[in-house]
Amino acid sequence: MTAADRPHDGAGTGPGERPPPGASTTSARVDVELTATYGTFHLDARFALAGGLTVLFGPSGAGKTRLLRLLAGLDTPEHGRISVDGRTLVDTGSPATPTVPVHERRIGLVPQVPALLPHRTALSNVALAARGHHRTERRAVAREWLARVDAEPFADRRPSQLSGGQQQRVALARALVGDPRLLLLDEPFSGLDLPVRRRLRQLVRDLVADTRVPTVFVTHDRDELAELSDRVLLAEDGHLHHVVHVEVALADLGGGQA
Amino acid sequence: MSGMDWSPLLLSLRVASLATLLTAVVGIVGAYLLARTRFPGRGLVEAIASLPIVLPPTVLGYYLLVALGRGSPVGRAWEAVTGSPLVFTWQAAVIAATIASLPYCLRTATAAIRQVDHAYEEAARVAGLHGPALAVTVTLPLAGRGIIAGISLAFARALGDFGTTIMVAGNIPGRTQTMPIAVYDRVQAFDTATAGVLAAVLAAVAIVVLLLVRRLESSAL
Repeated sequence: MTAADRPHDGAGTGPGERPPPGASTTSARVDVELTATYGTFHLDARFALAGGLTVLFGPSGAGKTRLLRLLAGLDTPEHGRISVDGRTLVDTGSPATPTVPVHERRIGLVPQVPALLPHRTALSNVALAARGHHRTERRAVAREWLARVDAEPFADRRPSQLSGGQQQRVALARALVGDPRLLLLDEPFSGLDLPVRRRLRQLVRDLVADTRVPTVFVTHDRDELAELSDRVLLAEDGHLHHVVHVEVALADLGGGQA
Repeated sequence: MSGMDWSPLLLSLRVASLATLLTAVVGIVGAYLLARTRFPGRGLVEAIASLPIVLPPTVLGYYLLVALGRGSPVGRAWEAVTGSPLVFTWQAAVIAATIASLPYCLRTATAAIRQVDHAYEEAARVAGLHGPALAVTVTLPLAGRGIIAGISLAFARALGDFGTTIMVAGNIPGRTQTMPIAVYDRVQAFDTATAGVLAAVLAAVAIVVLLLVRRLESSAL
């Protein structure tokens, strides 16, 4: 049985429908309804998310990274719309609504590979994403965020002098320093040791709880799924429709504790 | 040695430096546009920009002579502003060296920029960078080594240019006679001693430049 035909999972949580278990009862902050085609791969997403952390879970090739690219504006949907906090980022059905370009979307992204600029220090990498008119102002905010992710001690080091976990802390600070409306994490800790991953997951949970920023955390790791949030958006072969409780997702995998 | 005329060396350094500066600006901007934007006729632009590599230098010089001559729009405009013709001046030598060296910088820099992983640029775009700031902050520094290599090749080409320069600027001692032309000129006059000194100096300058570039390259990134 797939999530699509399960009767009990709060399926079809499109805009205006019953919120899924574990979701905040406040109104949706992220509304997505779109289709996109990449060669023979067809992506079809329809869901609404409230603030806080949602895990985007599914096997490799299910369209998880594609969805993040569409949300960030790195790719453009064929049809549909995306709105975040009431601001329409793209709406192909409304020619009067301009598509918001990537650099104006105010989205925080932590990619799988942190992609920190190798010729700049950790502080400088974070300051690049900070808002503010003056360099000193941006660097001050960047330093604050480095402290919040426990990366302040290596603010003046270059990425090559940092461990993988330290680099992802810096990438996390870079994603959050601009006060994003939406935070996207694409399997950010997959290459790291288990204890480091645990600490970083906890850090993400704390930061999301503090900032209340709607967050989509991509993973295909069921342990990570269980640890991060009770709200799960399922990706299955290009279909991203169902926001379910984590226990439902785990049960669907055949080993849930429900 | 006391009677040695060093004006060709000074002129060559001045011409090659200015030509390299122009080449670097045009080459880096052009390379970025070729590598990172799409526009109609991009392949044609790339092919035309590479022509100076495949054309014989005298042929390139001939076309430049036509393009910059007193009857050409560029030549007339120059003459209207400065009161004297452009061809057979050291400024014409700068233009000749710039055109001759441009493809070396352009091609090397374009290849280097194409090698830059899109992941860095995408992360920076999501973080709020775009346009020239994105190029200057992210793309060009990541392509730094290749760009420095391209500029150094361009300098070497500009310093060594003979055929294009002599067609457009001539061989006027003290005014347009650059080092390579002076070497040729001295050999023609059977003054092999002076030719040997000039040749050795030109070779030494080229080696010093290459060593400097190696140091710059190893400190980039």
